[in-house]
Parts: sequence; structure tokens; C-alpha cells
Amino acid sequence: MTFLSYVINGVSLGSIYAIIALGYTMVYGIAKMLNFAHGDVIMVGAYICFYAVSRFALPPLLGIVLAMLVCTVLGVVIERLAYKPLRSAPSLAVLITAIGMSYFLQNMAQLLWTANPKVFPTAAIFGDKTGLGLFGGSLKISYVTIVTIVTCLVIMVGLTLFTRSTKMGKAMRACSEDKGAAQLMGINVNLTISVTFAIGSALAAIAGVLLCSAYPNLVPTTGSMPGIKAFTAAVFGGIGSIPGALLGGLLLGVIEIFARAYISTQLSDAIVFAVLIVVLLVKPAGLLGRQVREKV
Amino acid sequence: MSKMVSVQRQAMVPERDAGKSPILECIGLGIDFGGLTAVDEINLTIGRTEIAGLIGPNGAGKTTVFNLLTKVYQPTRGTILLNGIDTHGMSTVQVNQAGIARTFQNIRLFSALSVEDNVKIGLHNQLPYSMWEGVFRLPRYWKREKEAHEKAMELLSIFDMQDMAKYRAGSLPYGAQRRLEIVRALATNPGILLLDEPAAGMNPSETAELMYNIRKIRDMFHIAIMLIEHDMNLVMGICEGICVLNYGKVIAKGAPAEIQANPAVIEAYLGKKKEA
Amino acid sequence: MKKSTLRLSAPAKNKIFTYGLVIAAYIILRILISGGAVNASLQGMLVPICAYVVMALSLNLTVGILGELSLGHAGFMSVGAFSGVVFAIAMQDAIPSAPLRLALSMAVGAAFAALAGVLVGIPVLRLKGDYLAIVTLAFGEIIKSLINNMYIGIDDAGMHFKLLEAPALTGGKMIIKGPMGISSIAKLSSFTAGFILVLIALFVILNLIQSRSGRAIMALRDNRIAAESVGIGVTKYKLMAFVTSAALAGSAGTLYAMNYTTIVANKFDFNTSILILVFVVLGGLGNMWGSIIAATALTILPEALRQFSDYRMLVYAIVLILVMLATNNPTIKGFFGKLFHKRPAGEEGAAQ
Repeated sequence: MTFLSYVINGVSLGSIYAIIALGYTMVYGIAKMLNFAHGDVIMVGAYICFYAVSRFALPPLLGIVLAMLVCTVLGVVIERLAYKPLRSAPSLAVLITAIGMSYFLQNMAQLLWTANPKVFPTAAIFGDKTGLGLFGGSLKISYVTIVTIVTCLVIMVGLTLFTRSTKMGKAMRACSEDKGAAQLMGINVNLTISVTFAIGSALAAIAGVLLCSAYPNLVPTTGSMPGIKAFTAAVFGGIGSIPGALLGGLLLGVIEIFARAYISTQLSDAIVFAVLIVVLLVKPAGLLGRQVREKV
Repeated sequence: MSKMVSVQRQAMVPERDAGKSPILECIGLGIDFGGLTAVDEINLTIGRTEIAGLIGPNGAGKTTVFNLLTKVYQPTRGTILLNGIDTHGMSTVQVNQAGIARTFQNIRLFSALSVEDNVKIGLHNQLPYSMWEGVFRLPRYWKREKEAHEKAMELLSIFDMQDMAKYRAGSLPYGAQRRLEIVRALATNPGILLLDEPAAGMNPSETAELMYNIRKIRDMFHIAIMLIEHDMNLVMGICEGICVLNYGKVIAKGAPAEIQANPAVIEAYLGKKKEA
Repeated sequence: MKKSTLRLSAPAKNKIFTYGLVIAAYIILRILISGGAVNASLQGMLVPICAYVVMALSLNLTVGILGELSLGHAGFMSVGAFSGVVFAIAMQDAIPSAPLRLALSMAVGAAFAALAGVLVGIPVLRLKGDYLAIVTLAFGEIIKSLINNMYIGIDDAGMHFKLLEAPALTGGKMIIKGPMGISSIAKLSSFTAGFILVLIALFVILNLIQSRSGRAIMALRDNRIAAESVGIGVTKYKLMAFVTSAALAGSAGTLYAMNYTTIVANKFDFNTSILILVFVVLGGLGNMWGSIIAATALTILPEALRQFSDYRMLVYAIVLILVMLATNNPTIKGFFGKLFHKRPAGEEGAAQ
């Protein structure tokens, strides 16, 4: 039973990683950049929801929607102000700019909301903490866990359908293949990139709420480590691939929980990253990534 | 890994090379990309000092043949004998050390480095000294660097490029970049030099000069040269043996006059009558 | 035919300038210090500045010269810091001379970091671009995590090493205490030691660049396929650059650690790696004197911004973003380009 609960916890944590990883992977697929500020957008989303629900006593759902709205705008503004002017710059310059943006968001959050930890109102959003009892109460699953897993699945299915069948989704795939060609075919590349950032940031807000509901300690650096790990998950699954983000996220979550449970809590991060290295050595483009052959 | 192999020779090498073993032989060479056969059944024999041409329409697989010879791709089938030695399992680096050097269709210079450094990098395995000798400036560093400088200047002088030695390779005009690639390849002291479209982007007078220089290189270094080229004046003017590829297969081999008269070649280039 | 203007390749003439810059800075600071013109807070920063300069120089070897992005350079600094300090503490009685002990500790730090560089480099350097970057990031986190849970003690029976819990000692003392790190370090580092280390790093890197091996490394950076085609082995030269870089970072780590009484693994985290990468990128890839200036300026900047107190890291972030925009946006760059005649952005385009 404990094993099963570890699996469920792992899948739940992995679902959060997967939702964050989607943001990384979509942006990487289209803009070919590592958006290091993505983890901090999660933090902003969590803060917005926290203030909406705890301080202004808004209904939880409204809080989440508000968080999504703010993050969407934030994501688009960041892209327009900081990344768009660097579209043709070396990737390293964009990376440093993204890092600068990450510092900016963290320090802004510290100024606005102080560094004192906030206790996230999980109970207010997801009801009581006991959750669902299965097998006559021997296996307990909290509502947060259930909602997290379901949300992740819904998002995955939704995004897959979106990229497959909508006009904007197809434009996204076209841009990720070849921006120049897409532009020549009449696709508005700038708009497509903005929409990608908007979607990624909205998802980050959801991930922020879910993350802080499961681990209710909110500080300005809350987003950093999950951000790095989700980025790892995206690479793990094959960066640029949506199913890869899901697979990578879930695997990473399960490995992390198992490492904590069976090996060592303190070394769990080391184990997660060691597994990543081994996977990349065997499959240099990640589990579901495509190996690109250089033309000679 | 490598062994001496003796095979039936196809008599296509120039007469002056007839008595000597060929520098390069391909037997049944082929490669598949994901189940799709890109080139197949390539049989070639290049004499010690031959200037050979590899021609064919776009997409015929000419550069793929070069990539197979230099092990940028590992062949799926067939054998490559370099100086009689089977290159099976060798890497790009190893076949270069065994005597193949090449240039690239899309120029691949070390563009941030100087012209002289580009040539010195070609001399890498000719004038070795260790990292520590370099860092601590030990005697062998000074000796080898002096030799490398002199050798680089000597090689650059083939194309009269000594004056450009200090410039960034990436800032050279297009034609000079192509010439520098040839010099860099020559610096590795090859037995056979593969030139991938050496005249691309050159005007007629530059091309004429290039033809003269290709012959000069052959005569100076006594090496074989194999070139891919679309400029038929160049190919017919300097190649002794020509091999024509179409759809990944050899459709004709022979002296320039034979190739020009070959109906299969004409069809490959111009299409069948109804299309033309 | 594409017309382009001929340009001289730069590095040679920069060499003298770079050495001159460092030596002049040292002499001027020495004079100012003896004249009492340098305040205590700046004096306290001299050793960290030297350590960061060496970090920036060594990372520039990996990123600028070898052309591979590393996001875990602080990991090597950490390995060097901890191994160097453990050596210094263990040898406290055996080597009474403080400068000699410091020098040997740095050598030990360099050796251990080099070893880590080999262990990481051999499997990892065959990955490309962003994948290599993420693996170096992972490596940095692994090192941090391991050292955070590492316990080393020394007693009459010798060194005792254990993960996750303290080993049993008969007398003796603990050196590394897991997340508490190392405390009561004898402060051996000095500005002069830092200055010498900077000179050594410069000597190694600049001489390496202008030698056969350095050319091979830069050839791999500029065009791997062409480099292989002229007989340059990829693994050997990538590893050479990576390990040299790691070793220098290791000695910088020792220098840094020996400037404080306490050192913990969390000091050398992802943010530190990024900080050093920022030095390198702002100073210019492959530009050693640029790295020196950037590392110095950006170490002093947060201190200089102290008057902004709460806003200083915010200002730092904004400055970082604005500088990247100003140096990389074609429009803005073109504007400055007309003023200073710098090299245009489309350098690689000339080869098409």
C-alpha cells in the first residue's frame, strides 16, 4: 500500500513537473531558447492566487483564473520587451537575458511581497486535507493529488488537440520547424510566438497553484528549483516534444519520490539528476526527441 | 581492423600510374538512410596521380560519396581501400591521417581564426608537440611553431595568398575562402585530395586560374585529386577519368571524350527527348 | 561573389594588454592600500574578486574558446574549495609555512576538480549544445547535493569519510560536517595569492590558445566537421579544454574558501554558475581581458549599489537585461556600431 501511495505521489508531483515542462518545451520548440524566467512565472501565479484567496477572500476558482490572466499578460510582456528584440541574437545572449528576467521577477516579488514565507491556502481551494480513502481507508489520496493528475491529463489532451487541429496550433508547429518558411507562407511568426508564451505562462500559473497546494510554502524563490527540475524533465523526455514533456515530468516525479522514500531524502535531487545524465548518455536527444543530422 | 586486400583492378587509371597500386579503390560502396538507399554499387579506382571527376545532376549523391570516403557517414555496404588498406571502421580523423583530405561544398573554414591559423590547423598532425610544451613554451614549441609558420606560408604561396595570412578567414572574399580550404586540406599531407565544387561561385577567369592550380598541385605534390564540379569546361579540361552518378548509381565511367558522347549521360543531364 | 572587407584577426595584440591590465591593477591597488585610500569593504572583496576573475577566465575557456555552454562551473569551484580546504586542515601541522600550504592546497583543489572534469567530461562531452548545458547543470546540482551530505573527519587513524551521517572518530575532529560545511578555516588567502593565481590562469589560457592544442580546440568550436576532416580528434581536445578549465576553477575555489572561516556547499549553487557565466558573456566570448573587467565590475556593482539597499538586486537584474539588449539587438547595436566601428553582427554570414 505504501508503494502504491508513493507511485501516486510521484505521478502527482510528476504531473506538476509535466505542466511546467510544457511551458519550457513549447517555448524551446518555437523560439529555440531556454526561458529561465519560466520558473519564476510559476511563483508569480502562486502569489496572485494566494492574495486573491487568502487576503481578498475571492472564490478559489476566480483566484486561479486571475493568476492565469496575470501570468499570461506577464509572459507576453516579458517576451515582447526582453526576448523579441533578441530574435536574431546569439542564443547565449538570450539565455543571459532570460536569467536577468528571472532575477528581476524574484527580486520584484521580494519587494512586493517580502521574503517571509506565505502559507498557501490549500484547504480553502481544495477543501479538507484528508482526501479520498481507498481500500477501506488504508490508502489515502488527497484531493489536491487527484485534481493535479486530472488537470495534467486534461491539459495534455487539450494541447495535443490544439497543436494538431487548430490553425494557431498548426502555425506553432510550422514555426518550430522553420520560422523563415512559415513567415513566407503568411504565418504571423511574432503573434505565434506570443501565443506560445501566453499558453506556457497560463499553464505556469496553474502549475504554481498546484505546486503550492501540495507544498504550501510560498517564497520568492519557490519557482526556481521546480523550474530547473521541470526543465530537466523537458530535456529528459526530449525537448520540443509535448508527449516528451509528459513522459519526462512523470518519470522525474516518480523517480524523485522513490529516491526520497527508498534511498535518501537528502540525496534525492542528486539521484534525479544522475538519472537524467544516464538517460542523455544513452539517448542524446532525450526519450522522445528527434536526433537531427547535420548536413555536410 | 585494417588489412591489405588485393582485388581485381579496373583499368581506368592513367597510363603513367598503371604500374603502381591505386591510391583509392571503392568496391560495391553504398549507404542507406532510414531504409532509403542514397548511393549504391559505387566502384571506383583512382590512380596515384590521377585527376578524376565525379559529376552528375543535383541530388545524384556526389557529396554523399565524398562523405562516405571521408567517413562523415559510415557506409552500409562495400569496401574502401585507401593505399590498399581497408578503411572499414575508421573515423573521419583516422582516414585523414591515412591520407584523404577534402574541401566542402558549403565552405567550412574556421572563420574566427586567421588564415595562417587555418593552415596551421591543417598541419596539426604533421608537426606535433604536446599541450604542456605549448603552455610552458618549451623548446619544441618554438621549433615546431617556426616550422609550421614556414610551411603554412609555403602552402599559401601556391595560391599567392601569403599576404592574407593575418586576416580572419571568415572575412576573405568567397573565392579566396575556397582556395584556403584547398590549402588547409593540402596541409594534412594527403595522398588524395577531394574537392567538392571548387569552382562554385567563381568567374571564368578565376576558374581558369583554378584549373591551372589544380594541375600545379598534382604536379608539385604528386597526389591524386578527385573533384565534384558542375562547370563542364573545368571537368572536361583537367579530368583524366570521369565518373557520372545519377540517382545514387554510376551510370558511366571513362575519359572525357567518352563521357561527352555517352547517351546515358546526356539523358541524365538533359532528360529524355520528350521532356527536353 | 560576395564582397566583404578584410579584417585582421585580433588575439595576439591583446595578450600584452591583458597582462598589463592585471599587473597595473595590482600595483595601483597595492599603492592605494598602503596609502589607506581603500576602504575596508573593498579590501575585503579583493580575494573574492580574484577568485571570480579566475572562474570567469576558466569558464571563458569552456564557453568562449571551446564553444560549449556549461551551467555547472560552480561545481568545479566547490570540488576545489572543499578538497583544498580539507587538505589544508589535514596538513596544518605537517606544513607549517602558510603560503606553501595555500599553494599546495590550491594544487590539490585543482587536481580534484580536474579529476571531476575528466569524470564528467568523458561521457558528457559527446552531447551537443543545450544538452551538454543541461548535463553540466545536473552535475553542479549533484556535486552540491553530495557535498551537502558528506562528512569527513580526521583522527589518529587517518581520514574518515561517510555519506549522510558523521563517521565514528576516536578523538580527532570533524572537517566537513554535511550541510554545515567546513568551519574554523585558517584564513590563508591573500590579495597577493589571488593576484598570482590570476596571472597563472592567464598564462595557462593565453599560452594554450596560441599553441597547437589551442588552435585545435578553436577549430572544433568553429567547425567540428572540418576539424575532424583535417585529423583533429574531438574527444581529446574537448576534454583538454574542459579539464584545464575545471582545474583552474578548482584552484579558484580553494582561494575563495580560504578567505572565509566557514564554507558551505550551498554557496556554490546554480546561481553562482550563472553569475560566472554572466561575467563571461558580458566580458565577451573568448575575450580574456573582458572577462577580467566584467568579473571585477559585477562583483563590485552589488556592493556599490548598497545605497539602493532593497532595490540593488533589482537594479542588477535590470542592468543585466539592458546590457544584453544594448549589445545584441541589431538596431541598437548598429547605432553604437556607427559610433565605435565594431564588427558587424552577421560575421558568419560572410561564409555563405
